[in-house]
Amino acid sequence: MEKVVKLASENGILIFSKSTCCLCYAVQMLFKELGANPSIYEIDHDPAEGKDIEKALMRMGCSGPLPAVFVSGKLVGSTNEVMSLHLSGSLIPLLKPYQPNMS
Amino acid sequence: MNSTSARFVPSKRMGICEPMHQMAMWDFKGNNFLETSPPSMFEIETNLDNLSEDTSHGTVGPSSKYDQEASKSDDKVRRRLAQNREAARKSRLRKKAYVQQLESSKLRLIQLEQELHRTRLQQGQYVGGGIDTSQLGYSETTNPGIATFEMEYGQWVEEQNRQISELRSALNSDMGDMELHIFVDCGMRHYSDLFTMKATAAKADVFHIISGMWKTSAERFFLWIAGFRPSELLKILMPNLEPLTEQQRLDVSNLRQSCQQAEDALSQGMEKLHYILAETIAEGQLGEGNYLHQIGSTIDKFEALARFVVQADHLRQETLQQIYRILSTRQAAQGLLAMGEYLQRLRTLSSCWSSRPTEQT
Repeated sequence: MEKVVKLASENGILIFSKSTCCLCYAVQMLFKELGANPSIYEIDHDPAEGKDIEKALMRMGCSGPLPAVFVSGKLVGSTNEVMSLHLSGSLIPLLKPYQPNMS
Repeated sequence: MNSTSARFVPSKRMGICEPMHQMAMWDFKGNNFLETSPPSMFEIETNLDNLSEDTSHGTVGPSSKYDQEASKSDDKVRRRLAQNREAARKSRLRKKAYVQQLESSKLRLIQLEQELHRTRLQQGQYVGGGIDTSQLGYSETTNPGIATFEMEYGQWVEEQNRQISELRSALNSDMGDMELHIFVDCGMRHYSDLFTMKATAAKADVFHIISGMWKTSAERFFLWIAGFRPSELLKILMPNLEPLTEQQRLDVSNLRQSCQQAEDALSQGMEKLHYILAETIAEGQLGEGNYLHQIGSTIDKFEALARFVVQADHLRQETLQQIYRILSTRQAAQGLLAMGEYLQRLRTLSSCWSSRPTEQT
């Protein structure tokens, strides 16, 4: 979907979220803890295209579909993928280009 | 051309080596009795003919007929020797293949035994006689999903205890890595089974799962989102995994830090959910006796809770996978044993505590 692609390419780290979703909040907290500063797009605050975005994310294979994490314009995945990456030590290197003073 | 020293020559039939002291006898024609049948009449005749032939064929060769005959014998001897070597080599290869087949059959047998046991467990062929009911916790519920879970969990604990004993024996024996590997895989799968069971039960009644009612009291004290805290577990495991290489030490340390960060994030998510749930239930005027007109949205929040349980279990699963990757087979076995015993201690503590004589106050 165009909007998803556009938003993903405009932001180094982008998380599609819902303001009421606590798991989305948890993932945001993780990124903050790692010193990253992700852009958050709350789809429930987008009455026009929110639902379409959610459908598009599902079509892209995102397991959540929320939260949906994009880094460098590419879909990383939902909570499962983010957690797996982090435990294997692969998440921080992914985020490094976007935060010069990361822990 | 005597070789009377002892040689091991495999017998054709069994691939079994036999010492060959007196068998290295060569007749004057260089025939070896063991490997070949006695010379045919034709051969003997031809040989006799060769003996009587004049050796002057115009070739550069031995000057006397005896020399020529000797060189022909030499050729035959050399050929026989080569044939023997080849036969011996083939025999050794056959023996090696046979032994390898035996080894892999042994491994397969152990694997099948474990699978059979697991299948029997799943089919409920092991009646839970011997389960201490104090281990089951408060299970008075009419929810069939939870009743099923409690029963399955009881069996899971029994199987866990059995695996722990097995691991202990295996590590104390001189079992090789390939066999140990099977036990390690079994242990990993067993935990995986538990997470699957919990996910299903969380859909039936998430509060039952998340409150740890299905666990013993001591375990409940240490509960973090319906189970063990991965970073805590790593801390407990470390001293039991020695000796670790420097790289392994670093890897485990990094893993522990990543776990802690992931746990913190999930904990903060849970706090927010806790807050939202409390708010949802308290919505509307309290004191009017009309409860839960908002029940629909409340149920949505419960589903979010189930998602957290699944996420926490995913974290546990990933931690186990990472540890498995970092450690050698033997270390992984030690880790599983240590982890199993630790959780066992908690359960034992609970049953001791609940059955202690209470003092008169």
